Amino acid sequence: MNRIGERFEELGKKGEKAFIAFITAGDPDLATTRSLVLELERRGVDIIELGVPFSDSLADGPTIQAASERALKNKVSLKDVLALVKDLRRETEIPLALLTYYNPVYKCGLERFVKEAVEGGVDGVIVPDLPPEEGKELKDFAQKMGLDTIFLVAPTSTPERIKLVARYSSGFIYYVSLTGVTGVREELAETIKPTINRIRRSTGKPIAVGFGISKPAQVREIASFADGVIVGSAIVRKVEENLGRKGLVREVGKFVEDLLSGIRDSE
Amino acid sequence: MSKVKLPDEKGRFGIFGGKFVPETLMSALDELEKAYLKAKGDRAFQKELNYYLRQYAGRPTPLYLAQRLTKKLGGAKIYLKREDLAHTGAHKINNTLGQVLLAKRMGKKRIIAETGAGQHGVATATAAAMFGLRCEVYMGEEDIKRQAINVYRMQLLGTKVIPVSSGGKTLKDAINETIRDWVTNVRTTHYVLGSVVGPHPYPMMVRDFQSVIGKEAKRQILKAEGKLPDYLIACVGGGSNSIGLFHPFYQDNVKFIGVEAGGLGLRSKKHAASLMAGSIGVLHGSKSYLLQDKDGQIMTTHSVSAGLDYPGVGPEHSFYKETGRAQYVSITDKEALKAFQLTSELEGMIPALEPAHAIAYVMKLAPKLSRRKIIIICLSGRGDKDAEVVSQNIKG
Repeated sequence: MNRIGERFEELGKKGEKAFIAFITAGDPDLATTRSLVLELERRGVDIIELGVPFSDSLADGPTIQAASERALKNKVSLKDVLALVKDLRRETEIPLALLTYYNPVYKCGLERFVKEAVEGGVDGVIVPDLPPEEGKELKDFAQKMGLDTIFLVAPTSTPERIKLVARYSSGFIYYVSLTGVTGVREELAETIKPTINRIRRSTGKPIAVGFGISKPAQVREIASFADGVIVGSAIVRKVEENLGRKGLVREVGKFVEDLLSGIRDSE
Repeated sequence: MSKVKLPDEKGRFGIFGGKFVPETLMSALDELEKAYLKAKGDRAFQKELNYYLRQYAGRPTPLYLAQRLTKKLGGAKIYLKREDLAHTGAHKINNTLGQVLLAKRMGKKRIIAETGAGQHGVATATAAAMFGLRCEVYMGEEDIKRQAINVYRMQLLGTKVIPVSSGGKTLKDAINETIRDWVTNVRTTHYVLGSVVGPHPYPMMVRDFQSVIGKEAKRQILKAEGKLPDYLIACVGGGSNSIGLFHPFYQDNVKFIGVEAGGLGLRSKKHAASLMAGSIGVLHGSKSYLLQDKDGQIMTTHSVSAGLDYPGVGPEHSFYKETGRAQYVSITDKEALKAFQLTSELEGMIPALEPAHAIAYVMKLAPKLSRRKIIIICLSGRGDKDAEVVSQNIKG
């Protein structure tokens, strides 16, 4: 078991839920990302997802697309993100997962990617355009070398597909709370809770919910039945609002602490 | 020759193809595949589709012996498969009639599509209007500028054209945005993808609908010449008109040549020749050749022809390339423009800039071949839409 599994286990013992924060690596630059990871850890985030910028992020809404474009302007690549993690590992043991589209990984070479990720201290990988049917090769390499592969379940997944995704996933299962792309939504779907309960019938693995979550009350609600809550676009939007300001890292930290108050209160 | 099943059950053409999409779409793709395979085997569906292809789209399109072009080039006999004469002025209608009819069968209420040159957008808007379904088309802002007439045509047909401002603002970005829409509205909406790209079952389904081109051409050439042609030549962007022409001849002793957009030349890096100059990767749901940098970022492309301006290519073409079944070449903007002018003057038909690439290659090839050889070019669309771009380029 690596850092992700250990973190869920520790939290489970305390009866707490995981707060998972997503930021795009290299938005607006790698030095800021580095500071943000450390800041988020200080504020109590349990797991961090680092987005690898990609030119064609078709599962993302406008907020994360824009972040990806900012990072690509600085030519931030998968290699840079791996180097950043390696560097961060001198200072932090927070569980880190990469969220990357498949092509940069494929171009790098699956085996080489997994090897370098593990050596650099990455704990898991999430590939939004890689369903289990196409993901066996990556999963097998990852399993062999101890990298978690987190696959996604969607509201449109059939019971058979839920079983398949659960079998392929390690670390946790990522439940996509809505049919759509990433981005902040006013309301959360009422179907989330019953679906999580349905997924639980197929697996004992932790289930985290992401997409659309942006407010402390929403965090609290999701945490009342899921094992983890993932917030992405709302945090990235905070980064965007503070671009060019000296207090960017602190402002984002404060925002995340606020979101976290929801989850820690509920316990 | 043994019969090869292309694609296999997983939607693979050798190592190419597959379904690289967000989980949200996986069930929809399964549903689409089942519905399509059922329709394919259903005589009532085929009868209905054939009715519309004939009575509405004007098929079969003629196979025309281009006498003056043949004489001018002084070599092989050149036939043009006249897809420019199909309703809406391009081969795209073959696919959109099939898919919209299928969508209706599946009970979908809304149609979405991407478009580059606007030909697929117009063909989708047309089919949606005729079958009474709501339609929205995504189009890159750059393409909206260079294909203004097609934007207006779509609007006349009752379709909403949605400008796409991300990336290079061309076809690739329009596809991203259409996929995002589909992920959001997948339960009610059918995505009419316009080429033999994307996740399975699209490359197979679009190929089947476009195969009417090759099936007709085969019948027509046998009637005209009593034998099969020596060469089939067509332009390749995503690759639907070329696969439509090639596929029915897959088992025959006929050479296939696909012509890619060489833009300002392959060395300039301003081109769209994924098979000639690309490497294997994953874009828009399938594994195929594509233009990417060393980090796996997709590159922006250039071609004078909006319909070829795409960094990827259909997986079946990648398979033909790997196995040597087809040969791929490239033609520059300049050469295509020359062929555009020559065909207009010699044959009294203004070709679209896309098939002008295929004609330009034939201008090089035909003089080297004996007069006994036969070439069929897919004249995939007419060039009215390109008049302005051409006049600017020729002036400049």
